Amino acid sequence: MKYVDEFRDGGLARQLAAAIRREADAGRDYAFMEFCGGHTHAISRYGVTDLLPPNVRMIHGPGCPVCVLPIGRIDMAIGLALARPEVIVCTYGDCLRVPASEGLSMLKAKARGADIRMVYSAGDALALAQASPEREVVFFAIGFETTTPPTALVIRQAEALGLTNFSVICNHVLTPSAIVTILESPEVRDIGSVPLDGFIGPAHVSTIIGSRPYAFFAEEYRKPVVIAGFEPLDVMQAIRMLIRQVNDGRAEVENEFTRAVTADGNLKAQALVSEVFELRRSFEWRGLREVPYSALRIRERFAAFDAEAKFDIAYRSVADNKACECGAILRGVKKPTDCRIFGTVCTPENPMGSCMVSSEGACAAHYNYGRFRDIPVVAA
Amino acid sequence: MGEVKKGYVRPLDLKQGRVDMGHGAGGRAMAQLIDEVFARAFANEWLGQGNDAAVLPSPAAGERLVMATDAHVVSPLFFPGGDIGCLSVHGTINDVAVMGARPLYLAASFILEEGFALADLVRIVDSMAAAAREAGVPVVTGDTKVVEAGKGDGVFISTTGVGALPAGRDIGGANARAGDVVIVSGSIGDHGTAILSQRESLAFDTEIVSDTAALHGLIADLLEAVPGIRVMRDPTRGGLATTLNEIAVQSGVGISLEEAAIPVHPQVEAACEFLGLDPLYVANEGKLVVICAADDADAAVSALRAHPLGTEAARIGEVIADPNHFVQIRTGFGGRRMVDWLSGEQLPRIC
Repeated sequence: MKYVDEFRDGGLARQLAAAIRREADAGRDYAFMEFCGGHTHAISRYGVTDLLPPNVRMIHGPGCPVCVLPIGRIDMAIGLALARPEVIVCTYGDCLRVPASEGLSMLKAKARGADIRMVYSAGDALALAQASPEREVVFFAIGFETTTPPTALVIRQAEALGLTNFSVICNHVLTPSAIVTILESPEVRDIGSVPLDGFIGPAHVSTIIGSRPYAFFAEEYRKPVVIAGFEPLDVMQAIRMLIRQVNDGRAEVENEFTRAVTADGNLKAQALVSEVFELRRSFEWRGLREVPYSALRIRERFAAFDAEAKFDIAYRSVADNKACECGAILRGVKKPTDCRIFGTVCTPENPMGSCMVSSEGACAAHYNYGRFRDIPVVAA
Repeated sequence: MGEVKKGYVRPLDLKQGRVDMGHGAGGRAMAQLIDEVFARAFANEWLGQGNDAAVLPSPAAGERLVMATDAHVVSPLFFPGGDIGCLSVHGTINDVAVMGARPLYLAASFILEEGFALADLVRIVDSMAAAAREAGVPVVTGDTKVVEAGKGDGVFISTTGVGALPAGRDIGGANARAGDVVIVSGSIGDHGTAILSQRESLAFDTEIVSDTAALHGLIADLLEAVPGIRVMRDPTRGGLATTLNEIAVQSGVGISLEEAAIPVHPQVEAACEFLGLDPLYVANEGKLVVICAADDADAAVSALRAHPLGTEAARIGEVIADPNHFVQIRTGFGGRRMVDWLSGEQLPRIC
């Protein structure tokens, strides 16, 4: 497959692995956080950790949109769909299995009669509203900066089309505020129980917001950031660049993903997003709790398309399952295997916490791809 | 005795007509549908007797009977490379054949939705009949039911197959042993990707066609070359990954795969890439997974490659001892990972 295989080449991977081994200082440990679930997935899917020396450790960050979605937000969608038979709630596939209150998930609510459907894009949700004038179509929008512009676009299109049966529950969140929260967390800043030597910066998110927003972390917190693509060679190259920065005592923003990311990002998309959305004063993240100015809501001008206003649904915070360690795992404080219910009570078939739901979640990635490492395998 | 004239006023309108509740009510309309659609297409001596069941000769002495059943609910009903009709014949023949049995007879039952176009039904039944004829496995008995509009999805077809298993042949999912070799008969993921390319919400242009095919001919050639095959299975729903996990658990072993050795067509790889799917989990309807002793592996691959349905056959891994019964893969990138059971559903309604 052209333009893809080049970034998954086993020969180049071996050369890069040798270079990383050479350049990593054997006298110290390196701990880097890949913020994005896309990177977490690539690392697990291609077995990247097998190619790293033992003193280079990757910490999985909170950049999986499904994983950081608090239970209360899912409850809003389920409550709406169960209470109003005229409503069709549609959302991206990964959302359907996220555990919510009362043992429900969107999938289980669907089995109880709620009309909840999977869509592949925001545009599909809009098309459904056009095709079903007698129904109320509510798009449950989630994601970081990458999926925000399409949501903004469909809201603007709905207005242009004069649609009155389409609205959005907006759960879009912002990457930079989540990174600040991690850097400000006591475990990283004061206690130092999470050694963090640098970040692999987001791939697709950065195509929208550009590389500029990360300069602050590099300067303020003295942490190197390397923006990297989602292919395994991108990840390896970014790790090498991070090791070099650490070795040189530098803390800069570097861009490995120059084939897609510019300093400014996608200005058109940014303008579209700010036309339709504004900052929420505060938003609850699973694992990070309330994070100030970390999410978007629909502007007053587009209030007709804001399902929260239209159906008067309010957010109610719901505590996670007591045994669930998703919060600590999302902050990098714990590993999936540190959780008592990992792989026993909590599995991809029956997830207790959100990190087990999406294949980009740290727990699901380790369960699906890596758990054979926890148990030594006897050779033939 | 002269032929009794059937009491139908006029023949079924197979161009514009639609299934109505009367076609399942047990009266004249149902008899007419069976006559003009099903009996016409499947015509064989057993069906022609018009009894409630087919009376069949017993297999040769020492042979055992093998029986399998499979319901088909694929959406869309017509897809590149096939349709629900031929799929329902191939699927059940393959389930019988992978046991090492010679498929002999099929039974078919149809659940039709009120309002379904008779023209589409005829197309499906004709395709089914052609597949059965080509395979040499007649549909000897059947049933039709009609459900109200909105309670079905056009047509669901359930088929049951019976075959004869020669004495002494022992092929099954529990027979894999550490040191055995894992072989696949060709490229994986074609069927599921072909189906997906036709989904309304995804519809993309591709040349991928379903691999739906009856495998008993290929299997007969393979067993002639290597009678001691230990495991055969057709990796349908859940794909190669699911099939290998089933075998690992049944046999109490682990399996280790080489990603680079697994044949995947570039179009399938590309489609899976942009849809975020893993071809290992995408359905096949005309592929065979074979596990045999290492000493037999070359002969097995050669036998498969000599058949038109197995030209891309390849060794893809080996059976290892593993008390956890995990399937692992060495990625083309150079790392290792697990190939776990599919969690949730990757694609709805593909077969």
